Amino acid sequence: MNLILFGGILGVVMMYLGLLEKNSRIITYAAIAGVFALLVLNVAETYGSPVWNFQAMGMLATSRYGLLLNSIMLFSCMLYFIVSGADIEKIGRNAADYYALIFFVFAGIGILTSFTSLLMLFLGVEIVSIPLYVLTGADKRNLKGNEAALKYLLMGSFSTGIMLMGIALIYGGSGTFAIEKLSVAANTQVSYNLIGGLLLLLVAMSFKVSAVPFHFWTPDVYDGAPTVFTSFMATIVKVAAFAGFIRVFEGPSTLLANKWQLVLAIIIALTLLVGNITAVFQHSVKRMLAYSSIAQAGFMLFALFAFNVFAREGIVLYAAAYSLSTIGIFAVLARMHDYTYDGFNGLGKSEPLLALVLTVFLLSLAGIPLTVGFFSKYFMLASALATGGKYLWLSILAVLCAAISVYYYFKVIQAMYFKQASGQTVAATTPYKAGLLLLAVLVILLGVLPQMLLQYLYF
Amino acid sequence: MLVSLFILIPVLSGLALFALKQPVQARGLAFASSLATLAAVVYALTLPNGNTALAVSKPWLSSINASYSLAVDGIGKITTLLTAVGFPLIYLATWSNNYTSANRYYALMALTQAGLMGVFLSTDMLLFYVFWEVALVPAYFLCSIWGGEKRVPVTFKFFIYTFVGSLLMLIGIIYVYFKTPNQSFAWSAFTQANLSNTEQLYFFLFFFVAFAIKMPVFPFHTWQPDTYEQAPTGTTMVLSGIMVKMGLFAVVRWLLPVFPVMSAKMAPIIIILCIVGIIYASLIAIRQDDLKRLVAYSSIAHIGLMAAALFVNNSLATSGVLVQLFNHGVNIIGLWIVLDIIEQQTGVRKMSQLGGLAQQAPMLATLLVVVALANIALPLTNGFVGEFLMFSGLFKLNVWYAVIAGVSIILAAVYTLGMIQRVFYGEPYAGIQVKDVNLTQLVALSAIIVFIVFLGVYPQPLLDMGKAGLDAALKIANR
Repeated sequence: MNLILFGGILGVVMMYLGLLEKNSRIITYAAIAGVFALLVLNVAETYGSPVWNFQAMGMLATSRYGLLLNSIMLFSCMLYFIVSGADIEKIGRNAADYYALIFFVFAGIGILTSFTSLLMLFLGVEIVSIPLYVLTGADKRNLKGNEAALKYLLMGSFSTGIMLMGIALIYGGSGTFAIEKLSVAANTQVSYNLIGGLLLLLVAMSFKVSAVPFHFWTPDVYDGAPTVFTSFMATIVKVAAFAGFIRVFEGPSTLLANKWQLVLAIIIALTLLVGNITAVFQHSVKRMLAYSSIAQAGFMLFALFAFNVFAREGIVLYAAAYSLSTIGIFAVLARMHDYTYDGFNGLGKSEPLLALVLTVFLLSLAGIPLTVGFFSKYFMLASALATGGKYLWLSILAVLCAAISVYYYFKVIQAMYFKQASGQTVAATTPYKAGLLLLAVLVILLGVLPQMLLQYLYF
Repeated sequence: MLVSLFILIPVLSGLALFALKQPVQARGLAFASSLATLAAVVYALTLPNGNTALAVSKPWLSSINASYSLAVDGIGKITTLLTAVGFPLIYLATWSNNYTSANRYYALMALTQAGLMGVFLSTDMLLFYVFWEVALVPAYFLCSIWGGEKRVPVTFKFFIYTFVGSLLMLIGIIYVYFKTPNQSFAWSAFTQANLSNTEQLYFFLFFFVAFAIKMPVFPFHTWQPDTYEQAPTGTTMVLSGIMVKMGLFAVVRWLLPVFPVMSAKMAPIIIILCIVGIIYASLIAIRQDDLKRLVAYSSIAHIGLMAAALFVNNSLATSGVLVQLFNHGVNIIGLWIVLDIIEQQTGVRKMSQLGGLAQQAPMLATLLVVVALANIALPLTNGFVGEFLMFSGLFKLNVWYAVIAGVSIILAAVYTLGMIQRVFYGEPYAGIQVKDVNLTQLVALSAIIVFIVFLGVYPQPLLDMGKAGLDAALKIANR
């Protein structure tokens, strides 16, 4: 609960800091300190000493799992501020406001990882989403950004409507907002209201994690938003959305019995296929990453498909793997002028270190062993296969799609190492490079010893 | 610990090499590290079986029962030795080749060696898979950076091809893992996996495709000639001499023991595919003008025979494969060395633009003839022992298999002798100048010729080396 409270407080603090302090460098340092403080508070809560606890009428309850995901997101965010802070300052004059919005998002994330009632789910989703609409349009002079923000707002409101409709139907069918009471109802006759409501909720949450066929907003929004904020949306927010998605359906998915796996299998198959195949045809790396984020979501959805111990561990690893790698790639991309593949030409010669860490990130996204990306994919496949051989085709499809993803990730590597330089330079300062190197080291370290992270689930 | 050194020495020297800027120093360090690895391997092979230094097992991911388990045993001894012997030879033979940013070239070569060693040593399936993939990544960069003009797309095809195979194998690994008695990745657990017949069929195919792509067996071979042609010759030697053995090795270590029933059932189909591949590749080899492509296709034929012999499942054929694993590796490295010398000096790989080189380089010609004769399995060369055993095994299973596959010996003589004739004898092609071999090349080739003659006359050491582990593998496969 610390995150909800102090995330909100820090958001307000950052807003006022923006009035008092004009030097945006200092604001960035304050934001890094703030997110570090949140991390410390969250870890303290994990080990049983919350600063402050409130009952919220039983609608919120923290769990080890949710708190670990919080820690991963906060840690990723800290690294994100370190490598991309300078780029956030450049978006506009109000750096403090952007940081404030990000802290508000974290308050929402705190709710998404601890709600026990559908009402709180709704609040969490909205608290996360509304600051993002603003961040998408943060660069006011950029027409594409404005368009993206409006599109995001409209589509987001639409999905909110669907979610509310779903919650209302669920309430109509079961007479409760509490999630655990929903799964109890499994013994009795399940009303059509309840099933309809759950399906609508599924649609709304699929929208938030950009699963196909509810993904149409993603490429435009990710492409139009300032690159630094795309990084935030594609990583931390996506993990949060998955945390909420899993939490809300873990019990009620039994209501749909074996139909649940069928529905999820179809969504996963479509997400993997559309995400990967469309990514192949992109010319802009930024857009490619948008589609690749859809494709990666397809892999993460395996957790909802299976709901077993591998799925739980897998999501933790996937959250770390995907966030670390994607934050790194976007941090480099944000400093480039040319977002096409050609923009990366010859980077291996001009910036060997950047090229090296980018290669590590891309290999991780492609799921090559010795990077954490491999183990995250491994756990997801294991979770699906642990359910038996019935949906074997889905696993086969997933690995074939992983092979397709190699094609577009390696195009960047090929540009960096095997092509002549384009003359583009990347302004790289020492802390920026050190941050990226730290990200790459983490990616490899967790790729060799994933239990370094997984042990926190149990100890 | 000793076993870990086989991997650790190349890894550490590989990482150190990235930091070295001087090309001469880089080459020296790479060579020294490969010699150190060789020394460690040779020392390990002198130890008696069952010595504790020959195996290591530490928990790695305890929650899923994966462990860091390495062991030098049975067939692994032969492939490990081949890896350890191959790399110093390759460095020596390409000593005078100049590479841009040589330190990175040698670093990636060392990392490839580490990956290969890992594949041959792992007795844990997950660890095996990790090394299997990891060996591929440095090879990808080697071929893509230092290769010929079409290197990028060709190497990419190679990478994707093998990656698809590996991922299918990954599904198989996970599925079989869930069926093992105590859910463990250990080799012993995998051999006890409780699979129904349908499951065996599915997952046998998943594993087989991964291994078949690596070998490569017809019809999964299409990446191979292009990749061998475009890769820098030093890397081609690694790919064709050592890396293809990964597939054959994996069949003995994993496929036969884990899927005994299905291996026996699928054997006729696989053997027929292999034989088709042998004839097909030999015929194509005859029509090649490019030297590298000729050797590439001849390699498909040789590997095809070894793959077929693996599935014959009698001890004659399998010992033949065992011997041939090492001998084919050494021989084909020898062939590539000669081709590399020709290409480095003349800049030409087309046979139609070469001729009469023997007049200018008599020593090179002699060396090539010996290596080539071993390649067509003439008696008293090492190639003969393995092929004879494999053909006997095939003959025992079905006479027609042996007869049809035997045609490939004749075809091999046609293309190999044809190559010697067109390149080294006849009228010299105008404007082609070659010098004879230099010292390092001579040392490398002489070492190979020593292997060819010695193991041709006295193959017993190799047979003994692999016997124990092989028997264990076959016993499980036949239970």
